[in-house]
Amino acid sequence: MPEAMIRLEDVTKRFDSTDQSAVEGLSMEVADGETVVLVGPSGCGKTTTMKMINRLVEPTSGHIFVDGTDVLEQDAVRLRRGIGYVIQSIGLLPHRTVAQNMATVPKLEGWEGGRIEERISELVSIFDLDERMLERYPSELSGGQRQRVGVARALAADPPVMLMDEPFGAVDPIVRERLQDQFLDIQRRLQKTIVFVTHDIDEAIKIADRIAILNVGGKIEQFATPEEILRQPANDFVRKFVGVERGLKRLALMKVEEIRVEDGPVTAPGSSSKDALEELARFDFDWISVVEDGELLGWVDRSGLEKAERVSDVDPRPFSAYVTGESTLREALDSIVTSRTQVAVVATEGQRYKGILTLEKISKEIVT
Amino acid sequence: MDLFGAVWTWLTAAENWSGSAGIPVRLWEHIQMSAQATILGALIAFPAGVYIGHKRRFEFVAVTVGNFGRALPSFGILGLTYTFTLNWPGNIGFWPTFIALFLLAIPPILANTYVGVKGVDADTVEAARGMGMREGEVLTRLELPLATPLIVSGLRLAAVQVVATATLGAVAGWGGLGRFIVDGFSVGDDPQIVGGALLVALLAVATEVGFGLLERVVTPKTRSQRSAGGRRVLPGPAIGSEAGSAS
Repeated sequence: MPEAMIRLEDVTKRFDSTDQSAVEGLSMEVADGETVVLVGPSGCGKTTTMKMINRLVEPTSGHIFVDGTDVLEQDAVRLRRGIGYVIQSIGLLPHRTVAQNMATVPKLEGWEGGRIEERISELVSIFDLDERMLERYPSELSGGQRQRVGVARALAADPPVMLMDEPFGAVDPIVRERLQDQFLDIQRRLQKTIVFVTHDIDEAIKIADRIAILNVGGKIEQFATPEEILRQPANDFVRKFVGVERGLKRLALMKVEEIRVEDGPVTAPGSSSKDALEELARFDFDWISVVEDGELLGWVDRSGLEKAERVSDVDPRPFSAYVTGESTLREALDSIVTSRTQVAVVATEGQRYKGILTLEKISKEIVT
Repeated sequence: MDLFGAVWTWLTAAENWSGSAGIPVRLWEHIQMSAQATILGALIAFPAGVYIGHKRRFEFVAVTVGNFGRALPSFGILGLTYTFTLNWPGNIGFWPTFIALFLLAIPPILANTYVGVKGVDADTVEAARGMGMREGEVLTRLELPLATPLIVSGLRLAAVQVVATATLGAVAGWGGLGRFIVDGFSVGDDPQIVGGALLVALLAVATEVGFGLLERVVTPKTRSQRSAGGRRVLPGPAIGSEAGSAS
C-alpha cells in the first residue's frame, strides 16, 4: 500500500444544534494521486467529511492527516492554501476578472506578477480556455465556463490535493458530461489526490478510482473500485443506491481492448468463393468480412458469393458501424443489438480488422 | 410685493451675505456641524456594522438600532440633552444639537454596513475561506468591496437626514441655517423663513447628489467595458423616437 496522502482516523463531527452525529467514527485513506468519490444520500455527511479535511468544519474528535501532518496541528489558512477547493456554486469573486480570480491564491501567497501571468497562461492551455475570457467578469460567463474557471482557480498554486464538492452539479447534463471528460483528461496528466463529493452515482462511477458509499451518520457502506461496487455490492443499501442497470453500468466501465475479441469469418479478395463459403459455414454465419493485408474492406453475404467465382467479383459493402479498442463494452453491446447480424465488428481507428464481439461473449464478461 | 419676490430680495441682499450672522457663516456652521456629527456617527457605526455583518454575531443590535433610529425623535433628544449640557464648554446649543445629530447618523450607517457585509453571497465567502483567505482578507478583498455601494448609500441617508435636522439646532440656541427660520418666526419675517428653508433644502439636495455620485464611483465593476458600453447604447433609439414623436 503506497503512503496515504489523506488519512482520516476515527473522525466524528457533532454539530452543537443536534444530538445526532453528522459523522461518526469514520476512517479512510486516500492514496497519492487517487480520486476518491464520496457518494450518498443527502444527510450522509459526505460534505461535512470533505470540509473537515481543510478544516472548514472542525472535527469533534479523531485525527485527519494530509501528507503525513495532522491538520489540527497546522495553521488552517496555510493548510487551505495547499489544498484546491471547488464548490458547486464555484463562488468566483464577482468584482474580479477571470484572470484576477485565477490569480487569487498565488496573490495571497505573494507570487510576483510575472510568475502569476505565466501560471495563468499555463492554466489557459491546460483547461483549453479562450484567452479573451480572461478579462471578463464571472457574470459574463456561461455556467460551464464558470465551472472550468473555478477548477482552474483551485489548481492555480498547483496544490497536491483537491477537494471538490459537486463541482459539476449546477450545469446541464450535456455540459456536465463534457466537464467530466475534461476533468478525467486533466487528472490523468496532473495526478492530483482528489476527494470528490457527489450524490450522482453515475458521475461517481465515471470519474472515481475508488468510491465510498456513505449512509446517514457518515457510515461507510462500501469503499471499493467502481467495478467492484457494481459487480459485488456489499449490501442492500449499496445495491439500492447503485440502482438498476448495474450490469450496463459495468459495461460502460470496460473497454473493448480489455477483453479478448472473438474470431469471426474472414476472407481476402483473392480467395475463391468456395473457400469463403466454407469459412462462412464454419461459423454458421451468412456473411463474411473481407480483409486485405489486415485492412477491413467490408463484408459480402452468402448469396453474393454463391453467384461468384472469386471473392473479388463481389463488391464488399461497408460496415455501417464497428467498434474500436477504445469503445466501451456498453457501446459494443449497443452496436450488437442494433445491427441486423447481432455481431459487433472490432477494428482499429485505421480500419485494421481485429475480430468480432457477440452478445454471448459480452454477457460472459459480466458474469465472471 | 409677492412672497417669492420678497424671498428673492432677501436671498440676494448684500447685507445678508456678510457679517457674523450672514448666509456664508451660517452655511459654514451648518456644514461643519453636519460633517462632524456624520463622521463621528460613522466612526462608531461602520466598525460595528462590519463586525456584526462579518461575524454574524449580535445581529439583533443592528436590527434594533436600525428600528430605534427610525423612531428616534431628534427634537426630543435636543430638549433632553439641553439641560444637562448647559455647563459644557462651547457655544450655547452646540452640544444638544451635536448629540441629537450624532445619534441620528448612526442607524442608517450601521444598518447598511451590516446588511451590505452580510449580504455578500455565503458561497463566495466560503470559497474564499476554503482557498485560504484569512478573515481580514475575506473582509478587505471580498466583503467590503462588494458592500461599498450599500455603505456609501447608508452614509448618504445619514448625511441628508443630519443636514435637514441640523436646522433644529437654532431652537436650542445654536447657529446654522436654522437660525434664519427660527429668528424669522420670532419677528414674523416671512421672506427670511422661506429663504432659510430654501437654503437648507438646497444643501440637503447637494448632499444627496454628492453622495449619489460617490456611490457610482465606488461601485465595483462586475462587467467588462465592452458589454457595459453595449448596454449604455441600447436606450439610444428609444430617446430618439420619443423626440421624434414630440416634434
